[in-house]
Amino acid sequence: MNLTLRVWRQSGPTDAGRMVTYRVEDVSPDMSFLEMLDVLNERLILEGDDPIAFDHDCREGICGMCGMVINGVAHGEQRATTTCQLHMRHFEDGATITIEPWRAAPFPVVKDLVVDRSAFDRIIQAGGFVSVPAGSAPDAHSIPVRKEDADSAFDAATCIGCGACVAACPNGSASLFTAAKITHLSLLPQGQPERVSRAKAMVDQMDAEGFGGCTNTGECTAVCPKGIPLDTIAQMNSDYLKANTK
Amino acid sequence: MKYTEGSEIRDAKAPSGPIEERWEKRKFSAKLVNPANKRKLHVIVVGTGLAGGSAAATLGELGYNVTSFCYQDSPRRAHSIAAQGGINAAKNYRGDGDSIYRLFYDTVKGGDFRARESNVYRLAQVSVNIIDQAVAQGVPFAREYGGLLDTRSFGGAQVSRTFYARGQTGQQLLLGAYQALERQVAAGTVTMHTRHEMLDLIVSDGRARGVIVRDMVTGEIERHVADAVVLATGGYGNVFFLSTNAKGCNTTAIWRAHERGAYFANPCYTQIHPTCIPVSGEYQSKLTLMSESLRNDGRVWVPLRKNDSRAPGDIPEQERDYYLERIYPAFGNLVPRDIASRAAKNVCDEGRGVGPGGLGVYLDFRDAIGRLGRDAVEKKYGNLFEMYERITGENPYDVPMRIYPAVHYTMGGLWVDYDLQSTIPGLFVIGEANFSDHGANRLGASALMQGLADGYFVLPTTIGDYLANGPYEDVDEEAVAAAEIKVREKIERLLSVNGTRTPDSFHRELGKLMWDYCGMERTEESLRKALERIPELRAEFWQNVKVTGTAEELNQVLEKAGRVADFFDLAELMCLDALVRTESCGGHFRAESQDSDGEALRDDEQFAHVSAWERTPDGPVLHKEALEYEYVKMTQRSYK
Repeated sequence: MNLTLRVWRQSGPTDAGRMVTYRVEDVSPDMSFLEMLDVLNERLILEGDDPIAFDHDCREGICGMCGMVINGVAHGEQRATTTCQLHMRHFEDGATITIEPWRAAPFPVVKDLVVDRSAFDRIIQAGGFVSVPAGSAPDAHSIPVRKEDADSAFDAATCIGCGACVAACPNGSASLFTAAKITHLSLLPQGQPERVSRAKAMVDQMDAEGFGGCTNTGECTAVCPKGIPLDTIAQMNSDYLKANTK
Repeated sequence: MKYTEGSEIRDAKAPSGPIEERWEKRKFSAKLVNPANKRKLHVIVVGTGLAGGSAAATLGELGYNVTSFCYQDSPRRAHSIAAQGGINAAKNYRGDGDSIYRLFYDTVKGGDFRARESNVYRLAQVSVNIIDQAVAQGVPFAREYGGLLDTRSFGGAQVSRTFYARGQTGQQLLLGAYQALERQVAAGTVTMHTRHEMLDLIVSDGRARGVIVRDMVTGEIERHVADAVVLATGGYGNVFFLSTNAKGCNTTAIWRAHERGAYFANPCYTQIHPTCIPVSGEYQSKLTLMSESLRNDGRVWVPLRKNDSRAPGDIPEQERDYYLERIYPAFGNLVPRDIASRAAKNVCDEGRGVGPGGLGVYLDFRDAIGRLGRDAVEKKYGNLFEMYERITGENPYDVPMRIYPAVHYTMGGLWVDYDLQSTIPGLFVIGEANFSDHGANRLGASALMQGLADGYFVLPTTIGDYLANGPYEDVDEEAVAAAEIKVREKIERLLSVNGTRTPDSFHRELGKLMWDYCGMERTEESLRKALERIPELRAEFWQNVKVTGTAEELNQVLEKAGRVADFFDLAELMCLDALVRTESCGGHFRAESQDSDGEALRDDEQFAHVSAWERTPDGPVLHKEALEYEYVKMTQRSYK
């Protein structure tokens, strides 16, 4: 396959940035999207150009480090897929592909396609945990958990923190990310003691980071590589409401 | 490569007495630090995977002043996150005959009698606490309808002791540790530095007293001084270029510590995982593992005939060779990883492999789907099947998966004593970065167990003892400055070559060489070849590598070049270690040492020891630590 890439290049946070066009040839359909970029970068290095900076690590769709807006869609058009798991067989020969970083004010661009997502860590710091120091836990079977609850908690807990939800949201909201953690812990008995204070602290931190509000557009869940359901946001709102009416 | 033999390591500091009392004894003999003094004591933890994340969180909870580093943009991304199958624990919730002793026994045997009994027993003891801790944190383990935890069986065991969270157990356990860590960041006990890479260890008066790191965004070289340093920087499987490790995984932190005096133990022990998706082309950047748990229900086979090009569905039952079930009737598809991997290589070498290049075997779910129904199979393995289809474009519900072995884990690592302290006082090494618990082969679902055992339970006790014995001398400023200069010089050197090959092209070549000569099967000839070729390739690297950009910016080419440079030196030591160990054991298979059935043949007379390598200006020095087995009788492993 031969492709034309339009890639966002930005040397640093203060650079205005621009789209730059590259031609890539002999792309194998079995390549992953990032492997295609690897091949281009190898060429750029040999030509003495600065290769395209992008974040990636596990390349198996679980670490959450990679993420690009591909043809206007976070992680590309294939559903439930991270950028690293996207393969070139889903593109047509001769296509032009536009590649941009996540765009949201709380995710400033570091370089090219690399953005700063530390706001997510700070939302977790605000309350995304159960306070249980090592060694203080009771026997694991002392509290049975309904299978349905454990399964639903897992569905929410599967969030990889990639930030696609924010990039896709017209409001730049981090509601799906925040709600996923709140829902995971709210569904389990272990999460109950801190349930209400957790929701309040995390939502307040999310707002303080400059993320927008949720207007139920649903773009977040559409691009989420792990398919975190939209109703987690209802759970978040419910817990948050309790915090504010007590 | 020349080496000399140095003094034996006689004391690994395990307490004496009955094995079940040793850890209790050590905990009681460990000195305690007064709570008020803890916050004055500064501990650096490098790496935020299961071991590093849980250690930093726990040390923070105890009140120490902790600084934590990771190269990723968030501590949640460490590669523990990718572990799929599960975590072992001797809970015996099934009542199927499991016990601490049995987990200990299985691990020592699975490790092919090359691990320390005391360490492994402690690991089995602590395993039960890990599950309690993780459940209390809200880790959503799989449960049964009665609300209790579900378990499954895994390679190398005949009991069901593996706890799991669908195919994402590593992710859920890591997020538990990450959340505990972030709680401590909020509490102010842990200072977190993301996108920072450790480039040297500061050793002052013979003690580890800090690290030199590079801020990967600004390029700034920073000095961080502390009372003790913990390395939790993972394994070095990426020396093979293609492995199941994350792209960023590297040996730099432990290698630089080795250069500063920490012994490197058993570098040749590499685990080749039997169930990975085969290579599809030259551009391949990494290999993806399919969890070993699939072997619970999937059946491994190849055609009976050579070069059989029929589609798998067209090959009738009697023309299929379910070779694991045939050769190992007792364990069948659940033999340990090293055995399953070598068996796959053997049938492919016979010309019976499937898929492109004949480098693959089938993992077939037809019978499981017939027996349990498609829904039940999907519930158990849905995400793994999806992952497979995404990568290969084939649907495993209809066509058997194709799998092939790939480098997955390194049992070797920095030598540590019972306290997890290296040969540099004040330098502790935990998780995959150390060598201690898995011997020559790690059993499935034991990596998560070891990482969390070290981080939540072992290190916090033993490092306290070290710190309580202080305070130590003031840090020698000259040692700090010298370490920083060394780091800067190496970076300058990499940038100044301006040759014609990329760091990745060297890495690929080195990896191929290691896979061919020091991979699943090693011979004296192949290892000698590797030892000849590696220095040549390294010399070319330093004359011909091309690193673009500058040191004062985010520069992924520079990061990569530095890591590849260290891989060369490590590769050489791995081959030397493999050459010296003329026996076969676990993941280390020397073709010269096999029995009449082609199974690995140990040589306990000569090699029942840990090989701990010291790096000196005159070349490597080998220190042996004899392994004694008081409880588990050394036998030739048999899974037949």
